[in-house]
Amino acid sequence: MHYRHFDTVEAEVMPAAAKILIAGGFGVGKTTLVGTISEIRPLRTEEMLSDRSIGVDDISGVDRKTTTTVAMDFGRITFRADLTMYLFGTPGQERFWFMWDDLAYGAVGAVVMADTRRLADCFAAVDYFEHRGTPFIVAVNCFDGAPTYQPEDVQIALDLVPGTPVVLCDARHRDSVKNVLVTLIRHAIAKSSANREYQGRPLPAG
Amino acid sequence: MRPYAMTKGRTEPASGAYIGLIDVVAAVAHLRLPADARLSREHRRVLSHCRQPITVVDLASDIDLPVGVVRVLLSDLSQYGALRVVATSREPVSHERLLRDVLDALQAL
Repeated sequence: MHYRHFDTVEAEVMPAAAKILIAGGFGVGKTTLVGTISEIRPLRTEEMLSDRSIGVDDISGVDRKTTTTVAMDFGRITFRADLTMYLFGTPGQERFWFMWDDLAYGAVGAVVMADTRRLADCFAAVDYFEHRGTPFIVAVNCFDGAPTYQPEDVQIALDLVPGTPVVLCDARHRDSVKNVLVTLIRHAIAKSSANREYQGRPLPAG
Repeated sequence: MRPYAMTKGRTEPASGAYIGLIDVVAAVAHLRLPADARLSREHRRVLSHCRQPITVVDLASDIDLPVGVVRVLLSDLSQYGALRVVATSREPVSHERLLRDVLDALQAL
């Protein structure tokens, strides 16, 4: 997707903002994780529907579109007046895929939450971020009674690119969530400096 | 009122420029609008909420309008020269500085 940008303006004091995404299957604990560490704010967004899919009010030959409003939340951590982090949970249902690019655009990284009882639920998110080149880590939410796996097992089961961090977490506990976010940001820094070192150099053969 | 009635049915920003969810918008001080500028009540509401710099999502949340509607209104206001839209930095060096600032701040939580 290509976007045209507004010119970046040198401002007196413009606040800096970082965005991260929290992805994973339905019921894996995305909302819990965001609520544990940040202030929850409501947001209305909208879903585009074409009249064709509605099947009423048919105006032949006119490509009319209509929208329906969707309610979602986001999390905000205000570190300082001039530094804020935003956490967006990615909607799980297929009909909301259109929102992912908008949410992922400019994100510094993503957390893919996994439940070891339903690992396949996070395949789509892993594929998406790998394809897009967004730095991401996998956070295994340790539910009571769920079989405990080692991070290495999850790494193999999800067939992750080597070097993708896998951490165990409890989305209800602040220190645990903090550890997840610190791991993500460290990973994003490592990837960013690695990319910079490779810029302008030929790719290794093979 | 149906949300897009506020934008006269437009669902895309007039200028075609993408406005990111966490781009920061700020009303321009000492504003002189072009003679042909037509500001609706919603335009004025948006403008009055960004006297201090604010992100697009916080603005949409504060005034309880769908984010797509807010983007169209912001784009109009930007074209009138009434506000500035500052894109979140994506330049590698300042991106890394942002990441390190966030890391320090997270660890200090």
